Amino acid sequence: MAVVGIPAASAQAQKLTGAGASFPAPLYQRWSADFRKGEPSVQVNYQSVGSGAGVKQFMQGTVDFGASDAAMTDEEMTKVKQGVTLLPATAGSIVVAYNLPGVQDLKLSREALAGIFLGKITTWNDPLIVRDNPGVELPALPVNVAKRSDGSGTTYVFSRHLAAISPEFREQVGVDKSTDAWPVGVGGKGNEGVTALVKQTPGAVGYVEYGFAEHNKLSMAALQNRSGRFVKPTPESGAATLAGAELPADLRVWLDDPEGPEDYPIVTFTWLLLYKEYPDAGKRKALKDFVTYGLTEGQKVAPELGYIPLPPPVVEKCRAALESVQ
Amino acid sequence: MPDSALQSGGLREFRKGPDLFRALCWLAAAATVAALVWILWEITAQAWPAIRRFGLEFLTSDKWQPGRNRFGVLPFLAGTVSSSLIALLLALPLGLAVAIFLSEDFLPLPVRQGVRFTVEMLAAIPSVVYGLWGIYVVIPLVQKFGLWAVAAFRDIPVLNVLFGKPAYGNSLLTASLVLALMILPTITAISRTALVAVPGTLREGAYALGSTRWEAIFRVILPTAAPGIVAATILALGRAMGETMAVAMLIGNSSKLSWSLLSPAGTLAGLLANQFAEAADLQVSALMYAALLLVALTLLVNVAGEAVLRYTQKKTAGVR
Repeated sequence: MAVVGIPAASAQAQKLTGAGASFPAPLYQRWSADFRKGEPSVQVNYQSVGSGAGVKQFMQGTVDFGASDAAMTDEEMTKVKQGVTLLPATAGSIVVAYNLPGVQDLKLSREALAGIFLGKITTWNDPLIVRDNPGVELPALPVNVAKRSDGSGTTYVFSRHLAAISPEFREQVGVDKSTDAWPVGVGGKGNEGVTALVKQTPGAVGYVEYGFAEHNKLSMAALQNRSGRFVKPTPESGAATLAGAELPADLRVWLDDPEGPEDYPIVTFTWLLLYKEYPDAGKRKALKDFVTYGLTEGQKVAPELGYIPLPPPVVEKCRAALESVQ
Repeated sequence: MPDSALQSGGLREFRKGPDLFRALCWLAAAATVAALVWILWEITAQAWPAIRRFGLEFLTSDKWQPGRNRFGVLPFLAGTVSSSLIALLLALPLGLAVAIFLSEDFLPLPVRQGVRFTVEMLAAIPSVVYGLWGIYVVIPLVQKFGLWAVAAFRDIPVLNVLFGKPAYGNSLLTASLVLALMILPTITAISRTALVAVPGTLREGAYALGSTRWEAIFRVILPTAAPGIVAATILALGRAMGETMAVAMLIGNSSKLSWSLLSPAGTLAGLLANQFAEAADLQVSALMYAALLLVALTLLVNVAGEAVLRYTQKKTAGVR
């Protein structure tokens, strides 16, 4: 080895840069901090810039790894010369949060959920909502839909579910990261923007990730899953959904409308984007160590931040895929 | 610069101080112009795919749908213009009134200085703070007003369209109200300077001819200060059109066209702030096209303002 001194030097201080999805950012940043305690020589810097920007930067090669809630499309992956390994790193539920003074346990059927986001249900005492909430005093407030004004992986996953349960939504609105085609709604920027809208508007309803809603103490609706049961978003119901996930070889899977009776209906993985080849051995080792840490120890801190730990079979598949990174 | 030295005095000696200073000034001026040209060039180059694909239809289409690669900015164009004009409509009379009040001797000087300082402090508040204040104070008020207005104006033509259902807190009205407050210091400060600059002899002359204070203000002082007031208005309009953060937090960021002041709307600046990070391919290009329009719009306002300014200056030149 002619450059024997260099890897040794770079092993002393290895800097990894990642960028992408805002949804798992708190978890990745926590991993980075915890990992550094055991491995002070490796510094992982994750920038929460959004899934789209993360994929863009990853494709341009300006980061060491990317992260995206929408994984990557085949077309995007073919443009990366070194090849791409997608790894589900954590998962989370997307909840329907609402602001109805005095209403604690709102249940929304599939029909009602689609109706609200199609703008067909305009007041909270609509018969479609009343039907599933016997004994609940539903006010005559107008339904104020809160949505994302920026392109977002959260919107993408949420619209995938709506399109799966409502042919009307699929045809009229479609699956997209943007909400510009939605017939109703006030736009807020980021999870925090939607959270603010829901919090301050009586009659508001919006979708945010579970951790955000939990942290901000928003009321969350129980949603009707494919089997017809109403399921509240909890770590357990999210884990039930994940347990039924069948991962294909490329580890890219969407749980648009899970089948199990205990499953919470809107759960998604979020992916780390790695190159298939890292020429710098020091960097490769640091990255593999960090990701391995995230897949093992890192999963234990997931629940306290509102994420769902990956089921063991998924972790196994991810570690096998990580092995193939050269 | 050797050639500027030639121009100003033939083949004379290079004077270290003055010539170097002149060269530096020249360089600074050129750099400013170059920066503007560079920015415009860069934006236009990035926008070019969208310009070629959509042409002028970009301005007239109300469909902004990144998922389907359809882009039209009519709703954002309308939102930018209407929110700024409504803000101006609210802030101009108020700002002018404050300026007159502060330039006359209704109150002792220290009190006036205090009021003036307070109004000008409004300009120092960061945009995002206006946005937060809007979220916690203005939105709930507009929401209450909206519910009342929808019911009260239901049967009155025009008003029932301007205050149509459904009433939202994040709306054109909310954004316009906060914008009005944000541009108030601009209008007040510049108008006040213009009013104070009116020669004292004019005022004394008006009184000598038997005018009341009322007549002196409206017949003599305001017309004389008109160019400054026009300048204030234009600067304020420019600031309102380019304002991004506070508006994006309050206007509801909707791409649906609506006549109602109580509906969510969107502005060009807000559109850029919201969507740029996650945009790809043609959407980036379309956003650049929108940025170009925003620049063109503010440029247009400034050129129009300059023209009005010159015209009124000419008309009032005789009394100065």
